[in-house]
Amino acid sequence: MRTALILLLLLAVAAVPGSVFPQRSADPNGVAQYFDKNPALAKALDAVQLFDVYISVWFSAIYILLFVSLIGCVLPRTAVHAKALQSPPVPTPKLLTRMPAHLKVLADKAVADDLIASAKTLLKKQGYRVAVTENSVSAERGYLRETGNLVFHLSLIGVLIAVGVGGGLSFSGQRVIVEGETFVNNLAGYDSFSPGTFFTEEKLIPFSVSLDKFEVDFDISNPTNIGTPLDFRAYVSSRTQVEGESKSAVIRVNEPLELPGANLYLTGNGYAPQITIRDKDGNITYSGAIPFLPQSSDYTSLGVIKVPDAEKQFGIIAFFYPTVDELTTGALTSIYPAPYDPLLTMNVYVGDLGLDDGLPKNVYALDTAEMTQVAGGKSGVKGLRLTVGQTVELPQGLGTATFDGLKRFASLDVAYNPGGLWVLIFAMLALAGVTTGLMVPRRRVWVRKIDGGFEVAALARGDDLSLDKVVADVAAQLNPDPSNAKETPLESNG
Amino acid sequence: MNQIALNEGLSQISLFFIYGAMAVYTLAFLAFASHLARLSSEKNAKRASASKLERIGIALLILAVLLHGTGVMLRGIAASRVPWANMYEFSITGSLVVVMIFLFALLVKDLRLLATFVSGFTLLILGGATSAFYVEVSSLMPALQSYWLVIHVMVAVLATAFFNIAAGLSITYLLKTAKWVETSKAKFVASLRRVLALFPSIEKLERMAYRFNIIGFILWSFTLIAGAIWAERAWHRYWGWDTKEVWTFIIWTIYAGYLHANATRGWSGKRSAWLSLIGFLAILFNFIIVNQFFKGLHVYSGL
Repeated sequence: MRTALILLLLLAVAAVPGSVFPQRSADPNGVAQYFDKNPALAKALDAVQLFDVYISVWFSAIYILLFVSLIGCVLPRTAVHAKALQSPPVPTPKLLTRMPAHLKVLADKAVADDLIASAKTLLKKQGYRVAVTENSVSAERGYLRETGNLVFHLSLIGVLIAVGVGGGLSFSGQRVIVEGETFVNNLAGYDSFSPGTFFTEEKLIPFSVSLDKFEVDFDISNPTNIGTPLDFRAYVSSRTQVEGESKSAVIRVNEPLELPGANLYLTGNGYAPQITIRDKDGNITYSGAIPFLPQSSDYTSLGVIKVPDAEKQFGIIAFFYPTVDELTTGALTSIYPAPYDPLLTMNVYVGDLGLDDGLPKNVYALDTAEMTQVAGGKSGVKGLRLTVGQTVELPQGLGTATFDGLKRFASLDVAYNPGGLWVLIFAMLALAGVTTGLMVPRRRVWVRKIDGGFEVAALARGDDLSLDKVVADVAAQLNPDPSNAKETPLESNG
Repeated sequence: MNQIALNEGLSQISLFFIYGAMAVYTLAFLAFASHLARLSSEKNAKRASASKLERIGIALLILAVLLHGTGVMLRGIAASRVPWANMYEFSITGSLVVVMIFLFALLVKDLRLLATFVSGFTLLILGGATSAFYVEVSSLMPALQSYWLVIHVMVAVLATAFFNIAAGLSITYLLKTAKWVETSKAKFVASLRRVLALFPSIEKLERMAYRFNIIGFILWSFTLIAGAIWAERAWHRYWGWDTKEVWTFIIWTIYAGYLHANATRGWSGKRSAWLSLIGFLAILFNFIIVNQFFKGLHVYSGL
C-alpha cells in the first residue's frame, strides 16, 4: 500500500511538466517555437525529455514500477480471496463485547429457543454467508467488495496493455482536401502520416473519399454572436472495395465517417481561392484551388502560390478576406467569415523558390530570404488586389493573375486504433470494480445465545456507514419486543 | 442554413438573479458566521441565542439557492442549451450543485456547522464568475455540439461538488488537529478552539470526508472515461495528453493516492486530510489556471 501510494503521488507530480512545456505528441509546433526562442534552454530541457514527458524514461519508470507493485499486490490477494470465497465464515470469537458494534438483548425463552434457526434464516436472507454452531451464528457478507477491488486493479493492467498494443497497431494521418478533390487511402494520399510501431503499409484498406461540397453556417442574427460558426458540414462520397458503389455521407465535427479500416474526422476548414497564372504570352503557368490557412476567427486567410515553371521563378504570398473592410489606417480586414465581399491581395517575390534541389518544402510557407519583392510592401509597386473574376497584370512582365472563383477545403484526420474498444471495455470494468470495491460494505455479524437472551456483534472490514444500525436491526428482528433490548456500556464507534 | 436564437434580454435577467442570489448568500454567510462567533463566546446567554441565527441562515440559504437556480435555468433558456459551456456557466452551475448537495446532505447528516464554509465559498465562486469570467450568452462551437457535453461536464460538476464538500471537512479536520490551534494562547485562536469543539469528532470528520471523496472519485473516473470517449469522436484519439487531460489524470492520481492513504498505516488522519485538500486545490488549479493560461485543445473559457 505504502509503495503504491508513494508511486501514485510521484506519478501525479511527474505528469505536471507535460502540461507546462509543449509536448511533441500534442503540440509539435509549440516545441519548434520553443527551440527558436530559447535554443540553449530547449536543448537542456530536451536532454531530460521534458518535451516527451509521457514517453520519457523517468515517467515510464514510475508507472512501470507502479504496475509491478500492483501485480505483486493483487495476485496474492486474488489467491487469498479465491480461498476465502470457498471457505465458511470464521468461527464466532469468544469475546463479542470487544467488537466495534455490540448489543446484549434480554429475551424470553420462546425467542431463545428459536434463536439460532431464525438468526440463520434472517442473515441468509440479508445476503450473508453463514456458519452455524450449537449456540452461535457467524455470518459474513460483502465479498463483492474485495472482488470489485481486484477487478479494478486487474482491469487497469488490461487498460495498459490495450493502450500499448492498440497504439502499436494504430495509425493516423492528415489530409487537406478541396471541394471536388478525391482522397485515396494510400501513403501518397496523406499530407502527414504517423504510424504505430507495428504498422505496415499493406494494412491500409483501400477506399476513396471525395469532398463534394463543404458548408459552414455562421451566426448572422444574434448581435453579440455574429460570425460565430454554428455548424460545419463536409458532404462526401466514399467508395470502398466491398461496396464498389459510391455512397454519400456528411462528416461533422463530432460525427466522423466510419469506413472499414479507418475513421475520417473533420478537424479544420477554410477557403481555397481558384487562381490561374498566365505568362505574358497567355500560356497557363499555374492553375488550381489553393487552400488558404485561416489566421483568425473572421477567416482572414493566408496562402502561398509558387510558380516554378515560369520563365523567371516567382512566388506569391496572398491574403484572402471573405468580407473585406478597410480600417482607418488603410489596412484591410475581414468583418464577417462568410464570403459576402471577398477580396484577394497578393505580394509578389521573384527569385529561386528552392524547389529544384529535391528537398520537400512546406507548401504553406514561402522562404523569401533569397527572393526580391516586386509587388506589395516596400517594393514600390502596390500590392495587387483582386475580386472574384478579376484579372490583374503582374509586375516585371511576369504575366497575369486571375481570381477565377472560390472553393472551400476541409482538413480531415484519418485514424485507426483497434485498441480503443478494448481500452473502453477494461475502463468500464475498472469503473464497475472501483464502484463495488468502494460502495459495498463488507462486514461480519455474530449472534450468540447467552443466559437470559442473546448478543449481537458486528465488525466492519473497511469503511462501513451503519454498523450500529445493522446490529440494532438484527437484534430487533430476532426479538420482536424491543423493550427488552439493552445496550452494552461499551462505547461503540461504528 | 442552421440558425439559432439567443435571448440576450433573458440572459440579463439571469444575471440579475445571480446577483440577487449573491446578495442573499452574503446575508446567509453573515448569519452563519455570527452564529459561529456567538457559539465561540464565553458567555452562556450569548451562546443560547445562537441557534436562532442558524435557522435564519438556513432559510436564507434556501432562498439564495432558489434565486441561484432560477438564474442558471434562465441562462440555459437564453442560450437554448445546457448552461455549462464556458467558465462563467460552469461556475454558476457548479456552485449551485454544491449548495444543493449540501442542503440534501443536511437531511441525512448534521453538517450544519459547514454552512459558513459552503455559503462563503459559493459567494467567492459567484463573485469570481460574474467579475472575471462573465461572457455574453453565445452559441456552442461545433466541437462542443455533442450529447457528451451534457454527460461529461455534468458529471464533472457533480464530482467537483463532492470533492468540494470533502475538502471543507478536511480543512476542519486539519484545524482541529493543528498544534498551533491546540496550544496558542492568542484570543482569536481561543475562540476558534471553542468553535471547533462544536464540530463532530475528528474520527467522524475523517470518515465523512472519506465518503464524500469516494463518491467524488467514482464520478471523476466516469468523467475521465466519458471525456476519452468524446475525445475519440471529436479529435480521433481517446487520449492525447492535452493539458486538460493531463490535469484530469493528475487529479485522479492524487485521489487514488488518497484512497490508498486511508488504508495505509501512518497515512490516515492528517496526511490523508492533506491529500484531500491538495486534490481539491488541483481541481481549482485545473479550472482557473489551466483553462485560462495553458495551451491546449480545451479552449472553452469563452474569455
